[in-house]
Formats: sequence, structure tokens, C-alpha cells
Amino acid sequence: MTELKLPSIDYAALAPILIMLGVALLGVLVEAFVPRRHRHLVQLVLALAAVLAALVMVAVHSDDRLLTAGGAIAVDGPALFLQGAILILAAMALLLIGERSVERGGAFVAQAAVTAESVDDRRQAEGRNGATEVYPLTTFAIGGMLIFVAANDLLTMFIALEVFSLPLYLLCALARRRRLLSQEASMKYFLLGAYASAFFLFGVALVYGFTSGIPGRAAGVDFATVHAAVTESPASPVLLFAGMALLSIGLLFKAAAAPFHVWTPDVYQGAPTPVTAFMAACTKVAAFGALLRVFHVAFSGAAWDFTPVLGVVAVLTMLVGAVLAVTQTDIKRLLAYSSIANAGYLLVGVLAPSRDGLSGTMFYLVAYGFSVLAAFAVVTLVRDADGEATHLSRWAGLGRRSPFFAGIFTFILLAFAGIPLTSGFTSKFAVFAPALDAGQAWMVIAGVLTSMVLAFPYLRVVVMMWLSEPGDATPTVTVPGGLTAAALMIGVAATLVLGVAPAPLLDLATGAAEFVR
Amino acid sequence: MSNFPFLSVLTVAPLVGALVVAFLPRWRPELAKQVAFAWSLLVLVLSVIMWITFQAGGDRFQFRESYSWIPAWGVNFTFATDGIALVMLMLIAVLVPLVILASWHDAESSKRSVPVYFALLLVLECTMIGVFAAADVFLFYVFFEVMLVPMYFLIGSYGGHQRQYAAVKFFLYSLVGGLFMLAAVIGLWVVGGKTFDWQALTQVDISTGTERWLFLGFFLAFAIKAPFFPFHTWLPDAGGAAPAGAAALLVGVLDKVGTFGILRYCLPLFPEAAKWFAPWALALGVIGIIYAALLAVGQNDLKRLVSYTSIAHFGFIGVGIFAFTTQAGTGAVLYMLNHGLATGLLFLVVGMLIARRGSALINDFGGAGKLVPLLAGVLFFAGLASLALPGTAPFISEFLVLIGTFTVNKPVAVIATLGIILAAAYVLWMVQRTTQGTLNPALTEVEEMRRDLNLREKVVVAPLIALIVLLGFYPKPVTDVINPAVQATMDDIGRTDPAPTVGGVQEAQR
Repeated sequence: MTELKLPSIDYAALAPILIMLGVALLGVLVEAFVPRRHRHLVQLVLALAAVLAALVMVAVHSDDRLLTAGGAIAVDGPALFLQGAILILAAMALLLIGERSVERGGAFVAQAAVTAESVDDRRQAEGRNGATEVYPLTTFAIGGMLIFVAANDLLTMFIALEVFSLPLYLLCALARRRRLLSQEASMKYFLLGAYASAFFLFGVALVYGFTSGIPGRAAGVDFATVHAAVTESPASPVLLFAGMALLSIGLLFKAAAAPFHVWTPDVYQGAPTPVTAFMAACTKVAAFGALLRVFHVAFSGAAWDFTPVLGVVAVLTMLVGAVLAVTQTDIKRLLAYSSIANAGYLLVGVLAPSRDGLSGTMFYLVAYGFSVLAAFAVVTLVRDADGEATHLSRWAGLGRRSPFFAGIFTFILLAFAGIPLTSGFTSKFAVFAPALDAGQAWMVIAGVLTSMVLAFPYLRVVVMMWLSEPGDATPTVTVPGGLTAAALMIGVAATLVLGVAPAPLLDLATGAAEFVR
Repeated sequence: MSNFPFLSVLTVAPLVGALVVAFLPRWRPELAKQVAFAWSLLVLVLSVIMWITFQAGGDRFQFRESYSWIPAWGVNFTFATDGIALVMLMLIAVLVPLVILASWHDAESSKRSVPVYFALLLVLECTMIGVFAAADVFLFYVFFEVMLVPMYFLIGSYGGHQRQYAAVKFFLYSLVGGLFMLAAVIGLWVVGGKTFDWQALTQVDISTGTERWLFLGFFLAFAIKAPFFPFHTWLPDAGGAAPAGAAALLVGVLDKVGTFGILRYCLPLFPEAAKWFAPWALALGVIGIIYAALLAVGQNDLKRLVSYTSIAHFGFIGVGIFAFTTQAGTGAVLYMLNHGLATGLLFLVVGMLIARRGSALINDFGGAGKLVPLLAGVLFFAGLASLALPGTAPFISEFLVLIGTFTVNKPVAVIATLGIILAAAYVLWMVQRTTQGTLNPALTEVEEMRRDLNLREKVVVAPLIALIVLLGFYPKPVTDVINPAVQATMDDIGRTDPAPTVGGVQEAQR
């Protein structure tokens, strides 16, 4: 019997992860011991402090390039860059989650267990303070995402996937209003997510089986072994291809790529808007971070095999997102389809096998995250007596009622449409240029064509807001509390700055764009 | 003085002015108008100084400035102007103050903020100057796309009938072209060794197939912008719905970006492809001349009619560019300037008529000359300039285009000449139906129709009339500036003029 040795663990390099998970546990204790009226403040401060502390640790360790915990975690450029991105975006999402002045009691239900639409439910919707469990759940999810983008073997990646997915399923069900919709969204997300996880796990098993074929080397699911097996193994690649396909399904599900996107509109619509914002920004970063690592590190030797297939997925994703966005009448669903199309553009970047492709994708993730958070922040503000007014027809004439917020939303939509001087344009350039450089002109053409289609729904919203006359049903825009205002302003400022002066972040991304194997 | 950063200052100045105007209080619209007008005059003064400083016989590109922007992609803020761009910059600087003056009361009829209207006009001026002054392909693309945004809101917020439809159509058409160009821009960047510098890119050797695709990407964007047949359908809608001042800028300047882009980007960057596609482009130009002129004859809406005449004129410009002779090229550039003046004037005058009558339909007029003789006279003059009557500036450019084309391609020149006859038809018939003939009794009941041009309107039309007449008799100051740039462009594509068959004309030009 071989002796088991404890792997050495670089706790300092893992600090961001440990901080987030530790504070999440602390948050559970706060739920148990701190009096109800103080919980909201304590939890919010605790969560924000944890994010900031983790961010500081990421910054301190930004030059680390190492494998730790027995090779299970890679602390390298992309991991640190994406962790930093997740933390900054998560901080903004936490600001939205913590907002309580826009709606009495916040966007979350007080007691999720009360039967939806019952008398009790209506009473709690009136203004009882929302559940504070959302903070530990969010913090757990952030912690899971931090592991997900740094995981250096497939099993760790799977654990991380579950760690950040399970809290998200719950968070989706916690909307204060339209609870049936929210619960349905959660249920859908959970069931489909469970399937996706199962696919992922099957894929891991098949890849493990494939790696056993290398002579003189033990089987394993760490990326170095997988990489070696892909390049050296004499075994038939059937297992590898099947494993890769199943793994991809699991990851593409989280990334909301077609044809694994069907949950996205329902979940984005049903979930409380701050959670939707969190998912649209942070989950996207995490999912694409994992995709980048899996395809650039583990399977890079099989690039010839997976690029055409994933290229088709990318084109399909863009098409589905763009074409279906045209028909949407609900702003949250519209943004959901737009996020699907954006997943397609991101995939184009993932498939560009170069340092520029990697850095461009990471740049895109950050830029898109800021814009989409700001977009959902505006959605939380447009409301009437029944909560958010998300039907597009209700936004008619908004520009007349509150030109400031309509102006901001217009700016974000122009960014989504890829108009220059916004981050939407620079980020599109950042992924299209390496793709064309790699000779994948067909994906770029598809990207350009779908961008045109996608411009139409964005423009329709702009027309709604500015060129239509306000009606009786036009809701007012609530004056945001400090938290939402802060998140909104950061998002808009980042969208502008990354469009006008993208050089610093691009340099940062380029400097970080090298994986440790 | 030639070290003064003219181009960047000219680009930024209107933007600063726009910010100032936008934040002026809404309840003091007069102040906003005055500030906007003063600001645009300032830009005009600066442009005039630049024009004087420009050395016509000097380097091809002058006033070059370059600042690093995105080093990772090799993007710089590079500005430089050749004679062609200089003429267009001058046209912008002249037109914007006049448009602001002409639009004095336009924004009041809509319920929207008056300062914002004038701020948008200044933003538009900033992007228009930037697009002509850019010498970096990326920078050019940025201005090319951003230009859409102010125009979109000018049409959509302050326009007339069907403004929403027209604004969205304008935006989507332009965006489609722009995105194709984006793909081509990225492609050019990849094959050109990851630089966006115009001068460096002209030196790059591109394989034939790639070159043709890239040419098409750029050409499509410019053909939609110009617009050439069959990409023109957005212009009558946009021109018909836009407020008269914005429409004057739209066809007067904005659309020239298309023809300018072909001259500056398509020909020098992809010379072989340009020659390969030239017959097709000539065909589009000729079809545009005839087709748009026929449609113009049938229009009953004044602004749409003027829009169609512009499409016909853009056909001439396209023919002039793709004939690949210096004469035709100079004629095309001169045409761009003269068309901006003549059609700008026509749009503004038509706008004055429409503002008085409250309708753009020709049937609602008739004999208006008896009520507003001066206005009718100016309309007649603008019409004559538009049909290229000898003695007006457009005649010289149209003539140059035709003789320059005739030396190399007789059929095209002959068919294009038919366009002149049709031009006489649509202009004279329009003038006759609106201002001549028996007085439409309904007109006498409109109080506004009894007021002839006021001082403000006279100030608007006078400089344009003066310029059209002046350049009609003495175009030399402009041709001196244009000629070397066109010559250089022809050198870029390796075309020399055929031996002159009518020797005197070339002599006269020199």
C-alpha cells in the first residue's frame, strides 16, 4: 500500500478563495446569532469586506504563477485576472443586492417558504424586510467561482461548479414579487443544471479513461496529464472526443451557449433582478474562464478537432441570441437573449488559439460584465406599484419622464450594439481580431452579421424610450439609493472608459494571458 | 502657424461647444442658439486660417499629428489632411453655421429641448470633421460609426412625418455597412501587419483574393453611405423626415463620407481590386444617375425630391471617381463640394418654404412666387445650380466629370449626359409647380406665406449663392488644392491619363 502524502498548500496564494468561503461560513453564523434588525447591515458589510479583502489578496499575489494544493489549483495570470474580474463585478452585484431604498424591504422575499400568492405572501410582499440569507449564498457562489476559474483538474472544477451553482439555484427563487415565476425559474435552472453537471461528470469519467492509455504514466484528470494524453496517447480518440463533448456540454450550459441556452431567458426573467445581474456578469466570467482553461490547457492538442464543432456552436449561439432577441417584448428576456449572443462572440475569442485571443476574451468578459450590470441596475429602477415594469411597451416615452436614466440606458444599449467609443466596440474588436488572425474568417463574418440583427432590438428600445410619447402606463424611474447609484455609475463609467481608453486593461490582460500547466 | 494642431483642435472644439450648449438652461433657448452659432463661427474662422496655411503645392498630407491611443492594437490618433479632405472640412465649416442659423426656429415646433438640438448639431460637426481629418483607419472607423448617433437623434427627435421609421432605417442601413467595413478593417489590420496607419497600409502587398474581399467590405459601407443605387432607399426617407437643416448636412456632408472614403481608402489601399471592380461601380453610378432622376421627376414631396436628385448626383460623383482620370477625379471632388453648396442651399430654401406652408407636398403650393418673390427667386437659383447651369459651380464639376469620363469610356459618358436632361426636367418642373403658374388660393389663407425672406434667412442664403457663383466662374483656388491630391490618388492606383484628345481642356485646367 502506497503511503499517502499531504500535498503542500500555499495558503497565501489561495487566500482569496479561503476568505470568500470563510466569510460565507461566518455569514451563516451571523444568521444564527445576530438579531434580525441588524443582520442586513452586518451581512452586507461582511460580504463587501470579504470581496474587498479577497481583491486585495488577488492584487498582492498578481505576480504569482504557481500550482498548489497538489496541482489542483493553478494560480496563474488568467486565474488571477478572472478572479479579480469576478470580485469587482460581484462587489457591484452585492451593491444591487443590498439595495433597500428602491423597494421597501429589498428585492428579496422575506420567507421563501410561504406559499406563493397566499395571504401571508401578500403581507410579506408589502414590505417585510427581505431574507438576509442571500448574502452567505452569494458569498458561497463567489467563492465557488473563484475556484472554478483556477481549478487545474477536472474534479476540482466539478466541485467548484457545484459550489457556485447550488447557491445560484436558491437565489433565483427568492424574488419578492412574481414568486411563481421566480420559483419556476429556480426549478428550471436546477433541473437543467443538474443534467449539465451530470454530463460534465460523465465527461470527466471518459477523459479519465482515455488518459489511462499513455504508457508509463498514471491516469488522472489533472490538466497536465490530460494534455499529455491528448498529445501522446496512442489510444483511439473516441473516448477523448466523447469526453470532450460531454464536458463541453456542461460548461456551455453555464455559459448559456446554444443549444444549451434554453434556461437563460426564463431564469433571467424570473430571478430577482440583482441576482440576474450577478449571473449575467459573474457566472459568465466563471464559465468562460473554465472554458478557456479547459480548451487552452487540457485539450489544446486537439484544437483541430474541437475548433470546427465549437465554431458551429458559436455561430449558432450568435444566431439564436440575435434572432430571438428581435421578437422579445420583455426587457429582461431581451437582455437574456443578448447575453446569449454575447456568449457566441466570447466563444469566437475562446477559439482563437493565441495569446491575443485569450487576452481579448478576458477583456470582453470584464467589459461586458460592467455593461450588463449597469443595464440590470437600470431595470431595477423602472418600476410602478407592482414592482419592476419590465414589459417593453411600458418603457415608451421614458426619455421624456427621466431623460437622465433613459440616456444612461441608451448609452449601454449603444455599447451592446458595438458603437465605437463604448466598451462594446473595443471588446468586439478584441475577440474578432485574433479570430481573423487565426484564419477563422467565417466566425467573424457570422459575428458581424448577427451584430446587425442584434442592433435592431436595441434600437427598438431606444426608439421606445425617446421617440414614443409617454402614456398613462409609463412608469416613473425611482430615484436610486446610494448602493444602486454606485453600481450603476461604476458600470457606466467602465463602459465609457474601456471604450475610450482600453489600453491599460488590455495591457493587463495581455500580461496575464499565459496559463501555467 | 503650420505647427498649430489645426485638425485635432477643429475636431474637439465643436464637441466642447456641444457640451456647453447642452448644459445651458432649457428655458433660455435663445442663449443656446447664440452660443452654438458663435461657436460654429469660431470653427469657421479656424478653418479659414487652416485653408490659408495649407500649401497647395506642398506635401500631399499636411498638418499631420499623431498621438498614441491603444498601443496594443497599434491605434493612434493620427490626423492629417490632403487637398480633398481640406475641401470637405471647409464645406463643413461653412455649412454648419448657416444650418444653425437656418434652423433657428426648427426645434421649437417639436416639444423637445431646444439646446439639445443645437448641441446635437455641434456633435455632428465634431464627428464629421473627425471623419475627414482622420489618417488612421481605426480612428476613421470610430468617427464613421459615431456619426450615426447624433444624426439618428436629429432625425428621430426633431424630424417630421414618419421620423421614427426614417431614423431607424437610416441607423440600421448605415450600421450594416459599417459592420461589413469593421470586418474589412480587422482583415486589413491582420494582413497589414497590425497597424492602422494609412500610410503604412498603402505599402502593403495583399493577395488578389483577399484584396477584393476587403475592397468589397469598404465599398459596401461607402456605397450605402453615399448612397449609390441600389443601396439608396434610406436616403429619401431620412431626407424627407429630417428637419431641413439636418437634411442639408445629411446630403451635403454626411453622404460625402461615402465618396470621400472610396477616394481615400478603397482606391489607394486596394488599387488592383478597385480596377477590377471599376466597371461594376461605373454601372452602379450610371444606373443611379438615370434611375434616381426618373424617380425625382415623379416625387410629390419636396424634400424627397431633393433627396432623389442627390442620389443622381452621387451617381455622377461615382462615375467621376471610377473613371480613373485626373480630370474626372478632380471633377468628382469638386462635385462633392459644389453639390454640398447647391443641394445644401436647395434643402435650406425648401425648408423655408415648407416651414411657411406647413406642408412638404408640391400640390399644396402653386404660384407661390407671387406671394414670396424673393424666396421663389432663391429657389429658382438653387434649382438652376442643382441642374448644373453654366455659370454656377456645379456646371464645372459636372462638365469635368463628363469629359474626364469621355476620354476613357464613351458609352458611360454618353448615358450619364442624359442625366443632365432629366435634371432639367425635375428641377424646372418642381419650380414651376411650386412657385410659378396661377396662385393656389389655399396659399393666400396661410398667414406665413405672405412673409418673404427675413434678414436671418437672407444671411443664410447669401453666402451660399455667392460661393456658387464665385466658384462657377473662378474655381481655381479650389482646383489648385484638389488637383495634387487627386493626381496622387491616381498614382496610387497606377493610372495615368490617356493622351488628351481635346488638348485645350487640359491646358485650360492647368
